[in-house]
This record gives sequence, C-alpha cells and structure tokens, in this order.
Amino acid sequence: MVRRVLFLMPLVVFAGIAAYFVIGLGMDPRIVPSALIDKPVPEFELPPLLDAVPALATADFGGEVVMVNVFASWCIPCRAEHPLINRLSEDGVLPVYGLNWKDKKADAIAWLAELGNPYARIGHDLSGRVGIDWGVYGVPETYLVDKSGRIRYKHVGPMFSEVIEETVKPLIRDLQAE
Amino acid sequence: MIAELGHFALILSLMVATAQAVIPIVGAARRDATMMAMAKPAALAQLVLVSLAFAALTYSFIVSDFSVLNVASNSHSLKPLLYKISGVWGNHEGSLVLWVLILALYGGLIALFGGNLPPPLKARVLAVQALVAAGFLLFMLLTSNPFERVFPAPLDGNDLNPLLQDPGLAFHPPMLYAGYVGLSTAFSFAVAALIEGKVDAAWARWVRPWTLVAWAFLTAGIALGSWWAYYELGWGGFWFWDPVENASFMPWLIATALLHSAIVVEKRDSLKAWTILLAIIGFSLSLIGTFLVRSGVLTSVHAFATDPERGLFILLLLIIAIGGSLILFALRAPSMQAGGLFRPISREGGLVLNNLLMSTAAVTVLLGTLYPLFLDALELGKVSVGPPFFNATFVPLMVPMIVVAGIGPMLAWKRGDLAGALSRLKFALAFSIVVALGTAWLTWGKPVLGVAGMALAAWLAASAVIELADRIGIGRAPFSKSLGRARGLPRSAWGMTVTHLGLAIAVAGITGASLWRTEAIQVMRPGDTIDVAGYEFTFEGARNLRGPNYFAERATFTVRREGDVYTVMEPEKRRYFVQQRETTEAAIHTTLMKDLYAVIGDKSGTNAWVTRIYHNPLVPWMWVGSLLMILGGTLSLSDRRLRIGAPTRRRTPAVAVQPAGAE
Repeated sequence: MVRRVLFLMPLVVFAGIAAYFVIGLGMDPRIVPSALIDKPVPEFELPPLLDAVPALATADFGGEVVMVNVFASWCIPCRAEHPLINRLSEDGVLPVYGLNWKDKKADAIAWLAELGNPYARIGHDLSGRVGIDWGVYGVPETYLVDKSGRIRYKHVGPMFSEVIEETVKPLIRDLQAE
Repeated sequence: MIAELGHFALILSLMVATAQAVIPIVGAARRDATMMAMAKPAALAQLVLVSLAFAALTYSFIVSDFSVLNVASNSHSLKPLLYKISGVWGNHEGSLVLWVLILALYGGLIALFGGNLPPPLKARVLAVQALVAAGFLLFMLLTSNPFERVFPAPLDGNDLNPLLQDPGLAFHPPMLYAGYVGLSTAFSFAVAALIEGKVDAAWARWVRPWTLVAWAFLTAGIALGSWWAYYELGWGGFWFWDPVENASFMPWLIATALLHSAIVVEKRDSLKAWTILLAIIGFSLSLIGTFLVRSGVLTSVHAFATDPERGLFILLLLIIAIGGSLILFALRAPSMQAGGLFRPISREGGLVLNNLLMSTAAVTVLLGTLYPLFLDALELGKVSVGPPFFNATFVPLMVPMIVVAGIGPMLAWKRGDLAGALSRLKFALAFSIVVALGTAWLTWGKPVLGVAGMALAAWLAASAVIELADRIGIGRAPFSKSLGRARGLPRSAWGMTVTHLGLAIAVAGITGASLWRTEAIQVMRPGDTIDVAGYEFTFEGARNLRGPNYFAERATFTVRREGDVYTVMEPEKRRYFVQQRETTEAAIHTTLMKDLYAVIGDKSGTNAWVTRIYHNPLVPWMWVGSLLMILGGTLSLSDRRLRIGAPTRRRTPAVAVQPAGAE
C-alpha cells in the first residue's frame, strides 16, 4: 500500500505544477498589479553606485514626476530596454532614477559605462531588500512616481517603444499636469 | 500555391498521425499482426508529409514570398540565404514545423531500424509517438498556422532579429529540438512498456541509444547556444540562468540521469520503475520548456510572440501527455518486479547517487525558474531569483557528483570495495592535490572556489584515465597486450571515458571562465594603449563599412606581448537596416589556454570609442569539453550491442584479469 502511494507521488506533484500553470496562465506577468499602486514610496535609503551620481532614498521623491527603473547588469532584457530609457532621459521627458538590484558594484558600473547612464540618481541595492519593499518581482521593472511621491504605475519586464509611446508618455503627461 | 500544398500536407499528416495513434495500439492489444504492421508505413508516410510541409515553408522563405504572413514577419529580401533558411525556425510557427519534422524523423527511424523490436512493443511505441505528433499538429493547425496568407502582400519583410542572424544560432534550434524531441522516443518506449507491463534488459537496451542520441544533441544544442551568447552578446558571459536556458538544461540533467539508470536496468535488471519515471520526466520537462517559452507565463528575451490561447492549448497537451503517462505509471509501475539487490557501495550505488544528484539539480533549476511565479500565484509576495540562487544551489550539488563520477566506475556491481577503489585512485587524488596547489599558487588572492573547481576537474580527468588504464591492464600486462585490449574494449566503455574526460575539461573551463576573467572597459582614442593581463592593446582607429543588410563600424586593435606584435583584432558594431537594431561582433583570439576578446561600443565624443577588452582564461576548454562529451556519446552509440540489438553477454576469459568494471 505504501508502495502504491509512493508511485502516486509524481502524479500529485505534477498536478500541483499544472494547477499553478493554469493560475499562471491567467495572469499576465507584464501587468502584475502592484500592491503599492497609489501608495507612497516605501521608506528606504540606498548607497550610491557611482561617485558622480547621487544616491537614492525616500526623501528624494516628491515635487516632480519621476521614473524609477530597476536594472541589473546580469539581466538580459535590461540590455534590450536600456536604449529606450536613455532616450527618455536624453529627451528630457522626465528624470529617471535607477534602482540597481542584486548586482555587484563593479559589474553595474561597467554595464553603465558600456551602455550609457540615463539615471539622475542611482541606489545600489545589493541585498535586494529595498527591491522587496518596492515589490520588485524581477528585473527590469519600471515605476512612475507622481509629484506627491506616490507610486502610480508599474511595468514588469522590458519596456518596448509601443508601451512607452502609447501608455507611459501619455500617463507622464497626465501626471505632470496634475 | 506552394504554401497551400504545405498546409494540406500538414492536415494530411494529422490524419495519418491520428490513425497511427489508434490502430496499432488496438492491434497490439488484440495481437492482430496486420493492425500492428500498419504503424510502419504510417510513420513513413507521416515523415514524407511533414517533410513536404517543411520544404514548402523553406521554399517560401528562400524565394521571399511575402504573401505568406510568416515570411513577411520574419524575413527580408536582402537577408543572406543562410539566414533566410534559418528564419524558417526562428519564429513560433516555423519552429513548430521543425519540431514536428524531427518527431516524424525519429518515428521514421524507429519504423525503419526497429526490425528486431518485438512487434507489439514497436507498434505501441510508434502509436505513442504518433499521439504526441497529433497533439502538436492539431496545435499548429488550430492556433499557429505557418502558411497563413496576408493580403495585400507587403513589398518587403520585417527581417529576422539581427541577434539571431548568426551561424551559431542558425544551428542551435535544430540541435536543441533534436534533443528535446529525441526524449520523446524514450517517453514513447516508457509509455509502451507501461502499457505492456513489462520492462526488461532488452527494453533498456532499446531505450539507451535513443536517449544517447537525444542527450548528444541536447549537449550540442546547449553548447552552441552558450557559445553564441559568448561571442554574439558581446560581454563575454556564456550562461545566464535565463528561464529558457533552464528549460533546455533541465531535460539535459534528466537525460543524463536516465542514461545512467538505463545501464542499471540493462546490466542488473534493477531500478526499472525509476528509469521509466525518468524517461517520462525527461520528455515532460521538454514539454514544460515549450510551454514556458511560448505561453507568456515567463517573460524572457527568448520568448516567441506569446499568446494566451496558445498557452492554454499547450497546457492542455501538457496535462494530457504528462498527466496521462503519470497515471499509467501510478497504475502499472508498482507491479514491476524489482530485480537484483545491491549494497549502497557498489556500481549501482554510484549510479543511484548520480541519479539522485542529477534529479535534485533538475528540481533545483525548476524551482529557481518557477519559484517567483509560484509565490505570486499563491499570493505570498513577490520575489525574484537571479544567478546568485543558481550558483549557490547548483554548484554544491555538482561537487559530490563529480567526486562520485570518479569513483563509481571503479566499483564492482552488487557489492563494491570502496577502499580498494580509492587505493587504485590514489594517483588521481595526488594529481588533484598537485593541481589544487598549482592553481592556488597561480591564482593567489582570487576566489578559493577556483582551486576547488580545478581540483575536481583534475580528479575526474585522472580517475577516468586510470579507470581506462586499469581496465586494459597498463602496468600489469605487456604494452602490446594492453593495446589489444584497448581495441577490444566495448565502444560504450570508451564512450564513458571520453565523456567523463570531456566533463572534466568543461568543468575546468567553466571554473576559469567564471572566476578568473580580467576585463577592462574604457574610452580609447586612436593610438591609446592599455594593458590587459599582460597583453597591450593599441587602438588603431575605426572605419565604416557596409554589409549585405547592415552598416558596420570596424575597429582595429594591435595586440602586443612584451613588445612583439601578437595579433590584430577587429571587432565590429553593426546596425541592421530594417529593424534598426545594433549588434556587437566581438573579435576573439583563441589559443589553447585563453581567449582574448575585444568589443567596440559607442562613440564617445569625437574620435573616441568605448572599448571593452577581456582576457578569458580556459574558455576554449568549455567548447573542447563539450565536443568530447558529444564525441563520447557518439562512440557509445556505435557500441556493438546497440547496433546488433540483443547480443548474448560476452564473458571472455580475459575478464579474470580485469578489475571490477568489466563492462
């Protein structure tokens, strides 16, 4: 009898995985609602990544609409979206802050040296602790924070030009007009 | 017209597959020879039909028929011919056609070369294969028709992602699919055996070559993918624990375990249920990989255009195939008689340990891949798992694996003598200590893990060589006699030695490449020189040139070593016309011990460029190691007993002087 139960185990495990896939399929990872939408930016203070770029902390938010982009040098999609972030920053659409997540300092510095640094502030979150407070679910992720310092939008995964043109930029305009 | 022919061929092959999935299996149950015999012509017909469909699609790509939607979205008239062809499988629909083609190819091979399989087993195996094929054909025809037309036809196509326009990547998917789909044969054999309720040594002998083929292709596919990432992505890394990489790595781990456990079934008639389970899991992980890549459940750069409808369909396929086979397993496997008993310290014990470690590693990778979404689905919060997780869990599992891989082959079946095996391996231990000390001396101040990695690699390499030397009696018999024995050794024995050696070399390569890399990133003007690991790189300047479908900026570096010119390196940065994407073409100078790797980045101000230069020690060893592993698999595949089918066990008098490992 015990033996029979043992042979049922793979099926049970698979049933669990399949159930999870069914749930997973219903969720679009790109629009995972953030529990933090419309909430103020969490309390945190991070050390700087580069000497020339200021660090990032809760006190830095408020007053203007800013974008927070979570990135890591080991993340491939980050590479893909980086030119778009660069352009947003270069065109002066809004200030972009970087949250460098679970990354070695030297790697991240080299990465920015290679691809360019669009960030007006960068916080270095080596342990990923602050990422958890922000509800970071993977890299890259991008947030918009309004003038009162509340998180208003979250995008999971790399941004594409369509997303930026059709969703992000209009939202930025609305937020800036508020 | 051609595209419609391809579409009809697919529809016909679905019908053939459906018939092939039903009739032979009923025939096998009724012992009706005519019904069983139907499987062979059906499998061949299916191969012909799917080949026709594939040829039709390839033709549409080659002549750039942009009225076919798939061609218009993924090709371009200016694209070089090789990439027009590789564009066929560089997209979701086309890659499915390739998938089904390879499946049909395996089916055809079993039909043609399965002459000495017992007819009921053959009929059932082919029927299960056809069932899988029917599922995928239905999926393709209902949700992902590769031959869909577009009207009006665009003047030119969208082009293939330039990152994918690369010789390494042109062959990466076919290799990988040959591996994934190859596991379907092991799966079909397992399901057929469960239906039959009989697993014996002959069954194991039949499953092993197919698993070996799949394993060798998977190894090649993974190595090619990693090689591509190394030279094309342009920052010198080779493995990123990306979900899609993991999706190919998990079946590889299970296939490796399956190869080893099938030996136990064949030689000792033991571990039967476990082997069947591994065969099911191996293919299940291939299917799960397909699901993950195409459903949009995980996002990744590898992801094809994702679509929830397709995701649901694949999920259904997945549940039917995996769930069904596991139900069958739960019903039938418990009644399988366990065969020969063995002590924990024995050849079987070593193989079981290998199996446990490999499976645990696969589970770890699966967890790391799914965990973030798992917690999210349970609303327990959001976490993410990066390379740190995999490095922290995977490496500790591989350490005992490699230690055992050295000792296992030295142990006897049933009851091994650990002390004896270790005393025969004392030279391996000594060699590994010497290598450890040498490494420590050479890399003082660098991560201590490097010393461990090299010591393990040395241990495995030395024990593989000692095992072979021991077996052919070097030192105990005259050299000419040893040579004769070496020639008489079964190819599978050579296969094991070569594969284990390859693994050892690859481990050394991975160690060097991950831990001892030197990199320099800087802005350089023409005439500037920097020193990287003792090589002086002088930047001579950059010039513009035009390729068939891109513009490029090509830089020239003169590399000197102690004042003498060592080599000239010319990395490029390309901008492709159509998709306006940039790619880096690293310049790589390979020698036996290291790669020099140079990349040109963006222009920084007037007449200055960002350059990245790497010194990557031992990287070539990874590729050499992988090649040896593939060679070992091929050698083992050419073993006499696999070609001939079911030979009698050879027990020549020479066995008396052989050490424990007689096979």
